[in-house]
Amino acid sequence: MNAVLLGATRGMGRALARLLVERGDTVCLLGRNPTDLERSARDLQVRGALPAPPSAFPCDLARPETFAPALDAAAESLGRLETVIVTAADFASQADLEADPERARSLAAIDFANTVGFCEHARRRLLAAGGGTLCVFSSVAGDRARSPVVVYGAAKAGLSAYLEGLDHRYHRQGLRTVCVKPGFVRTSMTAGLAPPPFAGDPDRVARRVVRAIDCGRPVVYAPPVWRWIMLAVRNLPRAVMRRVEF
Amino acid sequence: MPSDEATIAGWGRVSAPGRELRSDDLVRLSDGATLSRGLGRSYGDSSLPPPSVRAVAGTVLGDRVLGFDPATGRLRAEAGLSLDALTRMLLPRGWFVPVTPGTAFVTLGGMVAADVHGKNHHVDGCFGAHVKSLRLRVADGRIVDCAPDREGELFRATIGGMGLTGHILEVAFRMTRVPSPWILGESVRAMGIDALLAELEQSSAAWPFTVAWVDGLGRGAGLGRGIVHRGRWADPSEALASAPAPPRSVRVPFDLPAGTLNRATVGLFNAALYHRHRGYVRRRVQSPHRFFHPLDRLADWYRLYGRRGLTQHQSVIPQERGPAAVRGLLELLARRRACVPLCVIKNCGDEGAGTLSFPRRGTSVAIDLPIDDRTQGLVDALNERVMELGGRIYLAKDAFTRAEHFRAMEPRLARWTAVRRRWDPELRLRSAQSVRMLGDPA
Repeated sequence: MNAVLLGATRGMGRALARLLVERGDTVCLLGRNPTDLERSARDLQVRGALPAPPSAFPCDLARPETFAPALDAAAESLGRLETVIVTAADFASQADLEADPERARSLAAIDFANTVGFCEHARRRLLAAGGGTLCVFSSVAGDRARSPVVVYGAAKAGLSAYLEGLDHRYHRQGLRTVCVKPGFVRTSMTAGLAPPPFAGDPDRVARRVVRAIDCGRPVVYAPPVWRWIMLAVRNLPRAVMRRVEF
Repeated sequence: MPSDEATIAGWGRVSAPGRELRSDDLVRLSDGATLSRGLGRSYGDSSLPPPSVRAVAGTVLGDRVLGFDPATGRLRAEAGLSLDALTRMLLPRGWFVPVTPGTAFVTLGGMVAADVHGKNHHVDGCFGAHVKSLRLRVADGRIVDCAPDREGELFRATIGGMGLTGHILEVAFRMTRVPSPWILGESVRAMGIDALLAELEQSSAAWPFTVAWVDGLGRGAGLGRGIVHRGRWADPSEALASAPAPPRSVRVPFDLPAGTLNRATVGLFNAALYHRHRGYVRRRVQSPHRFFHPLDRLADWYRLYGRRGLTQHQSVIPQERGPAAVRGLLELLARRRACVPLCVIKNCGDEGAGTLSFPRRGTSVAIDLPIDDRTQGLVDALNERVMELGGRIYLAKDAFTRAEHFRAMEPRLARWTAVRRRWDPELRLRSAQSVRMLGDPA
């Protein structure tokens, strides 16, 4: 299989890219920092024992004009697009977002509108190639609005809904969508936050996601226990949600 | 101090208020940071922040390999890469680190900072002997590349410098080609300390890897009885056909009650271990994980020591002092009725390039001690003996040594301090240990 990854230089994307090259898949990296991309490409070259580093092209979720050229370049270097994986996203604490309305707007734009924009470009190319897999990292934060993640959660809720819609509309035409809903995972995004019980680690999340991609599972919680946690949280009455702080 | 304040601990459970900030971008993470910390396997307070600082920079997410040349074995990587990950990646391709400590759960940065040594110190020296270059963020914020022939003083002060000369960002060193992924190991029992040291000495003439496990509670003629382990990489003809299974571990699920490891239980365990090994030479092909990192099979084994944790006293006694000096240390433990769950003896080769690096030609004696009210007195007594003998201690294991003892053991300290001061006149880079032992500002 081959895969284009947006956001593979760090966190869960990094773990996922490593797992893919170690099992022999071909990857292409998209990301915003050229130095970081180059370092990650070299890392993957050694880990996958590849003759050359994987190809890498600039692409920034904050700049929609970079989406089409990046995907075109990736498609050209891979020959044919089979899988597109988006792990990139913006994150900030609710306190920081509340302090700065512009920051809140831009996070909502990047995590929802721009991510959808990127996925639209990817969807067209995957369908034109006869089908493929679009795997996008949403979040358990999108399953129920909660006070610590008002803006981030809203953006991820929109993203999850979009991905479900894509699945309904294009499944028959060969588009597999995989919506990943990570719970708390120990990455640089969550560094500095105190890990709750059931915190996951990127390598295990990556293994679970690769399995979901392989068998085309539309929704995957990682670590899996979050599926049941969120089932409970979704059913908590509003009066409770107003009082609790999670 | 409010009880819900976050604390950060060394492997032996010595802790300090503070938390570990992690990022995969070590350049950004180290900016303005007081101390970097890898996997936190140093036993004492080496990786803990000084009292006035409540955070350390955790490097484990900075774990990218930046290059590996299969023709020469030269590897460059970010400092947070763990030895465990590196071994999983490259042992199947026929490469191993030139020097490994007793656990694979260390980072490259930590291996440089402590200038770790292993069972092959008598032939291959410390890890630092194989390091080609380092990229550091020094105290004034600059990023500096150093190597033996480039900012050589800084390079040598950083090897074994406990992270106090700069944040280690990248490490380049040479991996070793191995003939197979298996170890051919032998073990032989020795009935007392003199026999054990003689066996260790003889084994070291013929074997690249040697170490001795000692029953720290042996008495009389059995004082210092133990088992000498020796090994080398197996030839392809000796190796098993399969690859060694990747290491797996079981966790210690909870803290055992303090005092579970006492002279009675440890004595029984040690006697069983000693007697189960019969009197002949045992030879077997072993996985390198088991051979080099036997304790890794028990994750979180510090919990066996209970809430208060453990410390280790590791010293090196100069060669010229002879076996009597080592015997003297063991007698001191016996006299004080110390509980020693683990005692490991290893002969060291020549001193390496690291200005403050631990090993020197002689015998290293590592003594694990459960922390209790007598620990400070015992460590003081051991250190006084080590000072008399002209030996020194290993900072990566230490939590109890007094500053005046350390200064008396380390005539090299002035030279190292001069280099450190040149790069960090305000002593911005500090640790709880450097405050305790070097008199840094808190």
